[in-house]
Amino acid sequence: MTAKRKIVNDCEMATFFIEKSQFTKLTPYEYCYMTFHLAFCSMCRMFQKQSKLITEMTKKVLHLSGKRKLKLDKNFKKQLQAKIEDRL
Amino acid sequence: MSLKQESRAIDDKSANRCAADPRLWVSKYADYLYTYAIGRVESQELAQDLVQETFLCALEHLKQFEGRSTEQTWLTAILKNKIYDNFRCKATAFLTSKAQLEGMDHEQVFFNDDGHWQDRYRPAYFGLNDPDVIGNKELQDILRKCLDKLPGMWLAIFTMRYVDEEKAKVICKELKVTSSNFWVIIHRAKISLRECLQKNWR
Repeated sequence: MTAKRKIVNDCEMATFFIEKSQFTKLTPYEYCYMTFHLAFCSMCRMFQKQSKLITEMTKKVLHLSGKRKLKLDKNFKKQLQAKIEDRL
Repeated sequence: MSLKQESRAIDDKSANRCAADPRLWVSKYADYLYTYAIGRVESQELAQDLVQETFLCALEHLKQFEGRSTEQTWLTAILKNKIYDNFRCKATAFLTSKAQLEGMDHEQVFFNDDGHWQDRYRPAYFGLNDPDVIGNKELQDILRKCLDKLPGMWLAIFTMRYVDEEKAKVICKELKVTSSNFWVIIHRAKISLRECLQKNWR
């Protein structure tokens, strides 16, 4: 298989670089690999679009769970207070 | 202000700075720390335990509190370390557990030997192509369920990345994961998440 054909066919490697690119800057080789593959592969183009949206949604979902204002159980607090007083 | 007054003011300030009053910790910081922990570990029991461990650890190291930061910042830093310890345990368990590593192999079915998508896992249009969908409550709920299905370590990485906004290098260092393992996990996690959403949406 020629190098060109391999790059066009290898969705696994291309999606790997798609994910990596969302965290860090790709090396020139990785960037060219990803861009060249995407030019030929509509499925990976769709994967890239969906993956970026999943990243944004994951951020939102994780931030939402951190924004809930929660209160510790009163009994647990009492026990905790007692433990602290004991150790002082 | 005279020199004497000035020096007294500085003394007062440093006295205030150094004051740590453990008797008030529960009433002042317990809910805040609990909310902080829940946002990262989800399990209520674990979050409670981590808050308790934080206070007890802070008590043991009370002398180290030099008042350079506020009590809340100091306690939060201790809690963050405890949470990362917990993530590290998950990472170690994940990387040493044979069953988990075998579980990782499931990703191979997404692609053929030549790297092409397997027919049944090909990305398809399923309503996740429009940016407006990010605010869709129903899809967020499905994503939450899909995130919960991920191995603990994968969720830990997402949390460190997206909640604490840590860089890849820091995550690798904290979790004692090699850089190559880190990228493999990120890749597999995202492919699994996308597949889970496609399967469960509509």
